Amino acid sequence: MMTRKTRIAGALSALALTAGLVTPAAAQDDTFKIGVITFLSGQAAESFGVPAWNGGKLLVDMLNEGGKLPAPYDTMGFGGMKIEVVVVDEAGGATKQVQEFRNLVQREEVDAVVGYVSSGDCLAIPPVADELKAFTILYDCGTPRVFEDNSFEYVFRTAAHATMDNVSLARYLKSRDFDVPSFAGLNQDYAWGQDSWADFKGAMSQLYPDAEEKTALFPKFGAGQYGTEISALLREKPALVHSSNWGGDLQGFLIQATARGLHKRSQLVLAAGDHVIPQLGNKMPDGIFLGARGVNGLAANARGGELKELTDTMWTAYEAEFDTFPVQAPFRMWQAIFGLKTAVEKAMADNGGTKPTDEQLAAAMKGLAWDAPSGRIEMALAGGHQAIQPNAIGTTKWNTETGKMELVDVEYYNARCVNPPEGMKSADWLAQGFPGAQCD
Amino acid sequence: MDLVATILVDGLIYAGWLFIVSVGLTLVFGVLNILNIAHGSLYAIGAYASASLVGAYFAAGGDAFPYGSYIAMILAAVLVAVVLGPLLERGLLRYFYGRDEVLNVLVTYAVFLILEDVMKLIWGVNPYFVYEPYTLLGTVEMGSLFYVGYDFAVIAAAIIVGLAVWLTLNRTQTGKVVLAVIHDAEISQTMGVNVKRIYLGAFMAGAFLAALGGALTAPMISVTPGLGVNVVIVAFAVVIIGGLGSVPGAAIGALMVGISRAASVHLLPEAELFIIYFVMAIVLVFRPEGLFAKTQARKI
Repeated sequence: MMTRKTRIAGALSALALTAGLVTPAAAQDDTFKIGVITFLSGQAAESFGVPAWNGGKLLVDMLNEGGKLPAPYDTMGFGGMKIEVVVVDEAGGATKQVQEFRNLVQREEVDAVVGYVSSGDCLAIPPVADELKAFTILYDCGTPRVFEDNSFEYVFRTAAHATMDNVSLARYLKSRDFDVPSFAGLNQDYAWGQDSWADFKGAMSQLYPDAEEKTALFPKFGAGQYGTEISALLREKPALVHSSNWGGDLQGFLIQATARGLHKRSQLVLAAGDHVIPQLGNKMPDGIFLGARGVNGLAANARGGELKELTDTMWTAYEAEFDTFPVQAPFRMWQAIFGLKTAVEKAMADNGGTKPTDEQLAAAMKGLAWDAPSGRIEMALAGGHQAIQPNAIGTTKWNTETGKMELVDVEYYNARCVNPPEGMKSADWLAQGFPGAQCD
Repeated sequence: MDLVATILVDGLIYAGWLFIVSVGLTLVFGVLNILNIAHGSLYAIGAYASASLVGAYFAAGGDAFPYGSYIAMILAAVLVAVVLGPLLERGLLRYFYGRDEVLNVLVTYAVFLILEDVMKLIWGVNPYFVYEPYTLLGTVEMGSLFYVGYDFAVIAAAIIVGLAVWLTLNRTQTGKVVLAVIHDAEISQTMGVNVKRIYLGAFMAGAFLAALGGALTAPMISVTPGLGVNVVIVAFAVVIIGGLGSVPGAAIGALMVGISRAASVHLLPEAELFIIYFVMAIVLVFRPEGLFAKTQARKI
């Protein structure tokens, strides 16, 4: 039986609960909540997840302060709304990530999800995002299959897929008149490594039809020991060795390969190698042809032009905060957040200035174009859901005076030169000799 | 350089490294009858400890005598064995002696997971590098190929480790006591052998060998989280081929895995992973207990 005291306590609790429920709801119109998912632990954390999160956190703080960035990003937050971020560790596999995604959307009630480095996660999340009608940005993963094999209403990828990286490498070789009588590869034995090698081979077969394909090695992910593979490459003497390895695998391979002089016998070309420069320093040999999956890192810093002010602002802030320069991962996070800001503000301009719904956000994002430190990002593929962006390849050179690694002989590629056109799968584009490529 | 010779050299280098890691695993199983999944973590901690100590050595002016970094690497392995050996064996594993082998596998797997997180707490997720010891010994030209002198030093270390373990077990009084415990711990105890001390010593020796494997590997890789996972799987393949608990078996198993893997990388790279487990399967078809394990009566 309820006493008077418990009734009063119950009424007070209900009041407190109601107040508690009302307060965040009222606050929600003033804030835009993003769920960020990236690797905070595991092997991809050090190379991609942590630098991306560092860069994202930095940019969100700068946007929330307002006036820290050049126009059009000088306004506070997203359309005047303060940005709030919930970060989730991507480690644990696709099944766990699907559950984390549901938590973010249904419990945390985020307004947008920005995430996913792993291609496996990028393939698992989109069907769930569409089921929940939750606006989602894939900011990093490389597999072309996300939109080439499917279509999604609420899912967008703000970075170009991996075909661009390897086409750019092949174009770089060609533009520098590099003689390639033969080539070999050493790539990690999972989808990323296999797909990268297939793309590189496809591009080479068009640009260097007479080049002989030598051994294609696929040591398992996290192998650590590459002695036998390096012997095989030294014996075969290919003119160049392609690798899309990343993180500890790339660092280990480079340490062991350079100690045995592989880089002197064959030209090393690395599809995504910029992110190991801060760790390796002058242990990264000179003369390596290297990409950063976009005009990112050192290539962006060397570019100048109209985006110099924006790039310099982010570069300087990142260096000051983290005591190292930003490599590719923060650049991809920045282009996602700048794209999200542009989409939110466009949707608000269309709906009279209120916080946009997922549907309004998706409509605003479709086919959108915006500037980022990595260049002009255009949602030009997959019906406006998949970005294309310019790319750059350069050659490593250690500057003994500054004690820093530089990229020299950098070549910049128009987005439409190194990405397939709308409606065409990457594999078909490569097989047909890059139809529709605009390289001038 | 002749292809066969290249395969043999590459295989020997890989086998040398693999033997150092595997012999500790087989020793612990032989004495304690525990399949220690946490062996992979001890390997990784050895790599981290080596990277930290060697880094500290050079930071403290070790450039004047860089070869001292090799002593730092061995000290790192000793440190891991002295700290973690008693902690794991006395603090946990002794409570599971005589229990089901599957339970012991689960317990050591739990330790493996815990140690993975402990490593992140201590060393973070950023990589550690200590290249200096890797290039100190220069390169060796063999035909048209260059090898790093350090790789041959690892082979030498494996031979020293193998001989030391074999001689200790077969030519010393302590070794004979250990063999007695392996044969029958209960009877050994009734004969006055301090079995607890033998268990502790064997586990510490196993931990030292795992950590030494990691310490020797650290200069040629970037030491990052998750390092121990792949290693323990291949080490298991080696000890299963050689026979659980057999030191010569670990040596032969490491050689078989090393050379067959090298042959595959040179001749049929697509089968690199397959070949290790194919060799293991073939051995098990003909010798289900492994090449060197003694056939035991099955309890019914």
